[in-house]
Amino acid sequence: MREDDAGPDKAVTRRHFCQATGVAACALATGGGAIVSADFLRPRVLFEPATSFSVGPPDAIGVGSVLDFPEHRAFVIRLADGFRALSSVCTHLGCVTRYRPDGEFIACPCHGSRFALDGEVTSGPAPRALRWLQMALSEKGEIVVDTAGEVAQGTVFKF
Amino acid sequence: MDILRAITENRIWRSVVRHGVRATNRNRVMVVMENVFLHLHSTKVRGRSMELSSTYYLGGLALTLNAILTATGLMLMLYYHPSVPQAYRDMKELQFVVSNGVFLRNMHRWAAHAMVLSVFLHLLRVFYHKAYRPPREFNWVVGVFLLLLTLLLSYTGYLLPWDQLAFWGVSVGTNMVRAMPFLGPVVRFHLLGGNIVGENALLRFYVLHCVLLPLALALGIAVHLWRVRKDGGVCGSSGLRRSGAGQPRE
Repeated sequence: MREDDAGPDKAVTRRHFCQATGVAACALATGGGAIVSADFLRPRVLFEPATSFSVGPPDAIGVGSVLDFPEHRAFVIRLADGFRALSSVCTHLGCVTRYRPDGEFIACPCHGSRFALDGEVTSGPAPRALRWLQMALSEKGEIVVDTAGEVAQGTVFKF
Repeated sequence: MDILRAITENRIWRSVVRHGVRATNRNRVMVVMENVFLHLHSTKVRGRSMELSSTYYLGGLALTLNAILTATGLMLMLYYHPSVPQAYRDMKELQFVVSNGVFLRNMHRWAAHAMVLSVFLHLLRVFYHKAYRPPREFNWVVGVFLLLLTLLLSYTGYLLPWDQLAFWGVSVGTNMVRAMPFLGPVVRFHLLGGNIVGENALLRFYVLHCVLLPLALALGIAVHLWRVRKDGGVCGSSGLRRSGAGQPRE
């Protein structure tokens, strides 16, 4: 009678238990292996160049000058209203743009995008304006630009 | 002839090759059936499907180019270190110092271009001959993956010379990856092993180019050829005229 109470289909036989345990163990090992492997693929320490760099004291930069730092991929511009730092990485596909003093615009060599000195796109395939970067005054009285820090467009710094 | 008989009838030869040398139909079938590489292919094919206008030999051409790329690639690997700035110097050394290095490098490069072209033309040929229709629809999908692998191999090889073209080509390409919804930035970070195209990116592309993608391609080609046989041989232009053609045989 006890066999009828449990129901012949619902009874867990030793074979089923072992099968389920085996499948669960394999699934656990596979899943764990996948997670560990995915974690392995993500580097924990990156030996990449620092994102902050100094551009010297504010007084050394004259009003109206556009400084190009291609190795840091940034422009530092001083206009009458103050300082600004623009990323020189094109917002289209990541090429490094250059300042063209003859026309007072910023141009990308890869696909021909052009930007004004406030970062706005004037022509070409770039979808967005150039990023405006974080600036700060260090303890030594030098302007430090952080290419990893972004500020709202139009944020002018006065030192 | 005694020498030939001595070779083909001794015990070592017979342990490897079970069939005789006589040109009988049975032997011809045995040659294909008993060889792990040849047996991927059918033992019998129609005479019509061996003609140029049937397939234009584009798949075979791609396979041959793949063999050339494997051979030349293996030889280039002996002089190439996937590190910055050594990679660029090694590439220049291959061009100007290593004996026949520039020949090997150019052979690898032109074969790569030709392989992309022949795989693409192969796809067009199959499309215009309606050879993707049942029962070959799965093999069409396998073929699309093989095209994808060919393009990925071509792309990962692009970075390895570590010159200006390579650097900016990969900068632009991985920024395209970033544009992918949701997964884009994560995939780009893992592909480059960082945020910039640097040492990690070069090493990862090298491993993808020399190990992971060729292995995947070899597996895919094996499945592809096996399925050609299982789906009743190649379906060339003759398959267009006869309504019964293209049905599975076996």
